[in-house]
Amino acid sequence: MNYKKVYVAMELLVNTDGSMRPRYIIWENGTSYPIDRILHITPAASLKVGGRGIRYTVVISGKERHLFYEDGRWFVEARKG
Amino acid sequence: MSRTILHCDMNNFFASVECMLDPTLKNRPIAVCGNVEERHGIVLAKNELAKKCGVKTAEPLWQAREKCRDLLAVPPHYDEYVKMSRMARQIYGRYTELVEPFGMDECWLDLTAGIRFIGTGDKIANELRKTVKDELGLTISVGVSFNKVFAKLGSDMKKPDAVTFIPEDSFREKIWHLPASELLGVGHTTAKKLNSWGIQTIGELARRPKESLVRIFGKHGLQLWHYANGLDDAPVIPENAFPPAKSVGHGITTLEDLTDDEEVWRVILELCQEIGHRLFSYGQKATGVSISAKDKDLSTKQWQGSLPFATNSPYLIAEKAFSLFRAGYDWKKSVRAVSVTAIQLASENAPCQLDIFTMGNAPIRRERLDLTVEQLRARFGDRILRNACLLYNPKMPGEHPPVCLPPAIR
Repeated sequence: MNYKKVYVAMELLVNTDGSMRPRYIIWENGTSYPIDRILHITPAASLKVGGRGIRYTVVISGKERHLFYEDGRWFVEARKG
Repeated sequence: MSRTILHCDMNNFFASVECMLDPTLKNRPIAVCGNVEERHGIVLAKNELAKKCGVKTAEPLWQAREKCRDLLAVPPHYDEYVKMSRMARQIYGRYTELVEPFGMDECWLDLTAGIRFIGTGDKIANELRKTVKDELGLTISVGVSFNKVFAKLGSDMKKPDAVTFIPEDSFREKIWHLPASELLGVGHTTAKKLNSWGIQTIGELARRPKESLVRIFGKHGLQLWHYANGLDDAPVIPENAFPPAKSVGHGITTLEDLTDDEEVWRVILELCQEIGHRLFSYGQKATGVSISAKDKDLSTKQWQGSLPFATNSPYLIAEKAFSLFRAGYDWKKSVRAVSVTAIQLASENAPCQLDIFTMGNAPIRRERLDLTVEQLRARFGDRILRNACLLYNPKMPGEHPPVCLPPAIR
């Protein structure tokens, strides 16, 4: 498997109805990556790295990626190596 | 009107959850096993690769490893299974309120009321299959039919990740050729008995005169005849509408064999703490107690008796269970497992005749004490108050020696 589960810090906007909009991913080294767009939000399992939660399909630097909100934590499917 | 019943069965449930949580396990034969050191080392579930090697549920791990050398034993994560089970039920609940769980991984759904608006049974079955796969990463098999028994049969016919439709007008061609043992309610012993009467298939069972089945199996025979002929009309009963429990039991395999009455008493008393708590939370009392003991050669003996009054007191239930054990067990062999069950349950508010000459108000005082203990445990946790003899019970699983150091140097 070429992917690993990496839990990340997030900067979020929490709306008055409790819904969340992720705005920045803060990587392990402290670098922030802005989230350009949220394309889709759905409950889903991660088939690449395991686990399940609310999957946010987002665009970061023009690339489509998945972010998962799982039991109060956020993770991404990161490439190994 | 014909009903539309679905039976959803999560494939290799425990093992599938483990593979979903850790996809590196997917391409290896795995078995979810209890703790070998606690003598619970049996296969609880296995994935498809382990199944292909011949690994069977409920066999000891060492035996499974003989069939499959690369078998990876994974410890169970019950909290995850409970969570996944609840989430699957939430998905089913999007289609109907009538969801009846059958164990942790199976559910019946009655879609009859909404079928006109939401589509046909097999269309919804396929939608469910896809949704559970996408959202939970788990596969289900779905049986679609006009009664619960055939829906369950359908979900067993094609596995994994499949839908089987058994329509009312052609169920005879579809299932009557199947072995009778496939039918719900036909276990190993019944199947053997049916075979001895020349009944091999569901069709042969259906064509038998029901009177002859009643003669052989009693009322269970009549039920089987109804099942085989598609006449089962049992409703799908939602989870929160279950009748009150008929018995409350708790059993344990100890870490080492028990060798005397005192050790057995401590185990019984420990088991009864949980039984008393559950009776209390169900609002019920027991008027009978049953105890079973398994010796080191795995032979089980069981005794039961009545209590003179209804009670949910752990101590009184334990006392009765212990007296039954003492009277019945001959101590030719040490004891490996003990199980106590509170039976003949009645509502805690049901009137009960006390005998003032022999008992006085001792049981009432005992129950008042137990109620106080229960309330203390609810507030401060299960271990806040315990019988002194249970403080250190090294043969009980999960027991750790008490900390004997003063707090300052702990």
